[in-house]
Amino acid sequence: MYLPLLSSERITQKRPDASPDGPFVLTEKRRGAVKIIATNIRAQTLGITRDMTFADARACVPELISIPYDARADAMLLDWVAQGCDRYTPMVALYPPYGIILDITGCAHLFTNGEAGLKNDLVNRLARHGLTTRTALATTPDAALALAQYEAQDVRDLPVVAMRLPHDAHSALRRAGLYTLGDLAGRPSAPFAARFGEKATSLRARLLGEEDTRITPLRVPPALVLDQRFAEPIAREEDVLSTLDELVADMAVQLSERDAGGRCFEASLFRSDGHVARLFIETSASTRDADLLNRLFRERIGSLSDPLDPGFGYDLIRLAVPVTEPLAPKQLQLDGGSVADAEIAALIDRLAVRLGRHRLRRLSAGDSHIPEQASLSLPASDAAPPSHLPSHWPQLEVGEPPLRPLYLFDPPQRIIVMAEVPDGPPRRFRWRRAMHDVTRFEGPERIAAEWWKRRNMRGLTRDYYRVEDRRGRRFWLFRHGLYGHERANPDWYLHGLFA
Amino acid sequence: MNRFTPSLSALRQRIALIDPTPAAKACGVFSLGDAVVDARLGAGLSRATLHEVFADQEEDAGAAAAFALILALRGGDAKKPTLWVRDDRVERRVGQIYGLGLIALGADPNRFIIVCAPDELATLRAAADSVKCGAVGAVVIEPYGKAAALDLTATRRLALAAASSGVLALVLRVGAEPSASAAQTRWSVKAGPSASLTANAPEHSVLNVSLLRHRSGVAGFEACLEWNREQQICVLQNPAVQTLSGGVSAAALFGTDHAKTA
Repeated sequence: MYLPLLSSERITQKRPDASPDGPFVLTEKRRGAVKIIATNIRAQTLGITRDMTFADARACVPELISIPYDARADAMLLDWVAQGCDRYTPMVALYPPYGIILDITGCAHLFTNGEAGLKNDLVNRLARHGLTTRTALATTPDAALALAQYEAQDVRDLPVVAMRLPHDAHSALRRAGLYTLGDLAGRPSAPFAARFGEKATSLRARLLGEEDTRITPLRVPPALVLDQRFAEPIAREEDVLSTLDELVADMAVQLSERDAGGRCFEASLFRSDGHVARLFIETSASTRDADLLNRLFRERIGSLSDPLDPGFGYDLIRLAVPVTEPLAPKQLQLDGGSVADAEIAALIDRLAVRLGRHRLRRLSAGDSHIPEQASLSLPASDAAPPSHLPSHWPQLEVGEPPLRPLYLFDPPQRIIVMAEVPDGPPRRFRWRRAMHDVTRFEGPERIAAEWWKRRNMRGLTRDYYRVEDRRGRRFWLFRHGLYGHERANPDWYLHGLFA
Repeated sequence: MNRFTPSLSALRQRIALIDPTPAAKACGVFSLGDAVVDARLGAGLSRATLHEVFADQEEDAGAAAAFALILALRGGDAKKPTLWVRDDRVERRVGQIYGLGLIALGADPNRFIIVCAPDELATLRAAADSVKCGAVGAVVIEPYGKAAALDLTATRRLALAAASSGVLALVLRVGAEPSASAAQTRWSVKAGPSASLTANAPEHSVLNVSLLRHRSGVAGFEACLEWNREQQICVLQNPAVQTLSGGVSAAALFGTDHAKTA
């Protein structure tokens, strides 16, 4: 399908009342001249074409209006249309700026009148949005796009320009008296390839349907898809949820037949006006538990920052599992261990769906002596459960007081320190507008930077002090840089709070 | 005082029969590990309920967190994970929870799941969900600042959820004033000067802990505790436990049949 007037129709669609009635063009400044990129239908009938300069066009049509061209908005609109085309086939590919290819192999029988029915549905749906669509059916994607673009019935009638060769190649062909693909079709390919390159022959073969190519779909076709279509669009949230419940139950049955489970699930709500809302949930473990998934979908809908807008209602609800994984039926353990693990996993999933998965973290030992990298926070849904995790945490000596703080600031907080000698221990320091007198201290514990990881093989050494103030609060301070060697006047930071 | 004890315990037994929270009996009680302090606490601290820990001042955040951790270690089920639910703003204010610091206090960092919530209500919702889950050992809830949403109703809800699931729920509050709540106990914690090692280095952390309130009517007291990591017990530093003059027993304010109302 080809949307020839997408750019201008985007303008009229956005401002149906305020948009200029008369001819207008979308222009962009190129090499100092204002060039016309796209025109509306009225301007076209007046003989304005692309690539004219705006000054020339204005000379022909004085009332012509210019609107700046916005390639990004056009691309977004095309993408929106392509997302909506998901309802016809999972294989949708974008051919910017104005083309979309649908691979409807094996999809057309779902519509009355087959391919024609699908085509009518598509054209009517987009016409409701004020978009003009030209469609064509062909055995190869290139041929279909060319037929739609040049409004031809037969591939042989297509002009040679449809091959999208470089500009001089087109004029060379025309000069040789070859105007259409029909003229080229019967000719031997060897001289053609010798003159215009290997690529040109394969382009010709693709257009003529002699060589087949595959499209790269916009979205990877999921492993399992379940659809529910409605004759009348539904708008109430309860109806949507109960439909999802049914789809999830069906999906659970299909997954258990395959002994498979999924870790991510996607519900797509196709609004009757073409908009698609997608709800995505992820679980920490592979699952096919219908109750759990229903709960998670409810949680997801509840946590949407802007609530679902059903508009005129949804006429298709689709549930997809992008990737399935093998999942054998589970047997309950006698000690109930796996049940407890599953309960924790369910809790993590629920919180992760509501808050976002990066907000649930497990601590894991890091292989570094830099304090903030010695303990890592990993998303809890990614990390293995603790029972499977080998512990790399350091062992402590018996009776040793805590040498590391319970709370760690990342990044460390800048403080002002007074010391007796510049490379000595702190005497008093100011943190958050309060003075603390140091009564006890231990240090320095010298921690060097990881110079072997740095490009300049250098880095500031930190001198850590465990200090206690007059009231017994314990802090972890460090001096950033060795006095006199690395820094003339090293900064001090507060890195953590002890118990 | 002592001659009333038999009749008091008889009353408590009768109330326990009426009280509809069964998990409290099933999950039992825990103590702090020091004989003198435990004697003060009487029957001990209930596992399946809510306890509040307040930092005396903002700089005492570390000490308060350590005491909440001590309660979680003493009272929580060691086989189950501990959830630490925090407001994002707390993380900016007092810092992240540090794995090596947990080890330094004798906790296993692998058993901890840290949940960061974007705001006060999300913190409470996440906390409520975690407390309801019976597979969790203990939940530490760390709201930010005054946290007006954590009122009597919210704490009552948490306490009831804890009673039915058997999870130990702890509310850790920094920069907040104590207000009406349904917690079984309320503690205030501040750091105390530690015994000096050789060369004037800080020794084991000393926590000045005061019991401000106890729902079963245990009188408030103040104790100076040190945490022994190896034996996982609290050790009383200063042998004298001081009774708080202003300690109000909670039983006078909220009767135990309050459980039926919420």
